[in-house]
Amino acid sequence: MRIGPALWGVLLILAAASPASAQDSDAASEPKVHGFLLGALSRRTTGAQPARGNDGDPVLEEGRVRLDISGASGSGETFFLAKGDLLYDAVVKGSDVDLREAYAGHAKGALDFRLGRQIITWGVGDLFFINDVFPKDWESFFSGRPMEYLKLGVDALRGRYSSGVVNVDLVGVPFFTQDTLPSAERFVFPDPLSTVPTRHEVTPPARFSNTELALRLYRQIGGFDASLYAYRGYWRTPGVRLDNPVSPTRATFFFPELSVFGASGQRNISGGVLSLEAGHYDSRQDPRGDDPGIPNSQWRLLAGYQRQAWEDFTIGVQGYAEVMENHGAYLGSLPAGAARQDRIRAVVSIRLSQWLDYQTWKLSLFAAYSPTDEDYFLQPEVFHKVTDTFSATLGANVFGGHTDTTFFGEFEESDNVYAIVRFDF
Amino acid sequence: MSKLALAAVILALAASPSRALEPPSPAEIVEKAQQAFYYAGADMKARVTMTLITADDKTRTRVLTMLQRNVPDSQNQKYFLYFHEPGDIRGTAFLVWKYPERDDDRWIFIPAVNMVRRVAARDSRSSFVGSDFTYEDISGRDVSADTHTLLREEKLGDRECYVIQSVPKAATEYTKELAWIDKKTFLPLKEEYYDAQNELARLFTADTITDVPAGKDAAKEVHPTVTKRTMKNVKSGHRTEVRFDSVTYNAGLDDGLFTERSLLTPPQNWIR
Repeated sequence: MRIGPALWGVLLILAAASPASAQDSDAASEPKVHGFLLGALSRRTTGAQPARGNDGDPVLEEGRVRLDISGASGSGETFFLAKGDLLYDAVVKGSDVDLREAYAGHAKGALDFRLGRQIITWGVGDLFFINDVFPKDWESFFSGRPMEYLKLGVDALRGRYSSGVVNVDLVGVPFFTQDTLPSAERFVFPDPLSTVPTRHEVTPPARFSNTELALRLYRQIGGFDASLYAYRGYWRTPGVRLDNPVSPTRATFFFPELSVFGASGQRNISGGVLSLEAGHYDSRQDPRGDDPGIPNSQWRLLAGYQRQAWEDFTIGVQGYAEVMENHGAYLGSLPAGAARQDRIRAVVSIRLSQWLDYQTWKLSLFAAYSPTDEDYFLQPEVFHKVTDTFSATLGANVFGGHTDTTFFGEFEESDNVYAIVRFDF
Repeated sequence: MSKLALAAVILALAASPSRALEPPSPAEIVEKAQQAFYYAGADMKARVTMTLITADDKTRTRVLTMLQRNVPDSQNQKYFLYFHEPGDIRGTAFLVWKYPERDDDRWIFIPAVNMVRRVAARDSRSSFVGSDFTYEDISGRDVSADTHTLLREEKLGDRECYVIQSVPKAATEYTKELAWIDKKTFLPLKEEYYDAQNELARLFTADTITDVPAGKDAAKEVHPTVTKRTMKNVKSGHRTEVRFDSVTYNAGLDDGLFTERSLLTPPQNWIR
């Protein structure tokens, strides 16, 4: 249950929504309540069993009720949003609450603040994230849930200053949220630490000195939507510390310190959209790059181009690379027999989307291939909007690779097909 | 007529004797029609309801707030579109900076992931949110993209009209357009789009025209506005009806409204 610190967000929202605190002369408008019912079913097609999975091939078997409540004061300057899902998950046989966002905001003139759980998306990549340092739920994405569930909210205070010269976003995140990675309940993948009997995880405690800071400066420059980014915080996927590297009995997962500096630009060129992004990942707890339990410092680079080839058909291509900074030190630190990463991990991707019949059908394909890791990922999908309130989606996640130690290759046995129905109210 | 007014009319006629009698050129008529249809007032706000109707009368509905501002001293315009319905695109917003002579700048805001993205704008002839209207039908087509001919002048209902034929200079999915343009208001009352076989493919009709005062304190200035319009795909029988409600001209829409800021934090007092 992801509620925790967001509770104070809800309390603030209730305070903001109460008529007494709305200092505007006009009465606040009635809060709006919307939502949807979502059914998601996903099954593994390989017959392989996850390490901690149930019998059979379920990846997802869940029903969700989304409630989305929003409102604003009479002037519109103070506003709130709370949205979350009540869900029943048949794979783990339990119900849960997934509080997606809950924040109160105030916008006046050039200033705009939001406090509470909020989803923040930065950068210009399509599924490749460089300066979007905010948490992701890859398990959700790879199991076929709708794209919006890939992003997780952060419990944060965000301020924005807008002007003709520059726009500034500053985010302070006192409560750490890690990425959700494919779990051994639903996904089949090799576990190099399977023989270690004791494991535990340490997350950065909520202390003032641990507060993550993320900054984005942006404006238009020469037709480009240009942004500069800076982040000081933590890797959201864990590093590992072993009590004894030869015959470990205890593995401690922790989130190493990370700083990121980067830039992105996006503009129209030849009837399409060109996207460029770069970032330097400074792995602060492994400055020499010789700690095998912590990711190495690296550069991340992305170039993409998207255009419409014919009516209602768009094609997008991307090239992405991660360049390890201290590859020699990394290789020297690896224990004998451990899987090795190349200095460069390059991935190319293509996305094709065709809308049909007054945009009531959408056929799409996302395909990614890494020539360095020799692995791939495919996601074909058919979406049909039956009525304004009812839609259905069928799709598949297909993984493959030369070895089972690469990003996509390790999920080779986790191919799945999924079906989603959604009813809006 | 008072003597003073009569004198003014005579003076005006004397100053341009030929212009007063000759009809405007076809391109001028189209230009004036665009001004009347797309550029009325300094800015405009409306609640737009689009009903998409299949040949067997199944309907889908889109409701959006449209804010539009003419960039002073140019033909450029800025649009902010915020969707209220249907549920799966509720809160989605478009920002469009329109330039008649080149590709628009267009951005979309996707609320589920709080993301602003630039979108390819080469598709001005493609459908606007699945309707029978194209992006170009919504925001106007460059007058110089077509060759315009005045075919005749005739009455459509009780309105005197110019009938203008516009032939695209570059290959387009239609080969010619006939437009009936009201001589008095310069609003297009009917448009017929013909395909390569010279058959009628799409039909536009202005169904309701309302005189909308231009701003609160400008009682004497009135903009005749097409508040209900239909585009029909004659071949498939699919049609889209669009209703403009709560139309306000010269609402005082600030240029700062038409920026990424409004995508990320929708201006509540303008969109409700």
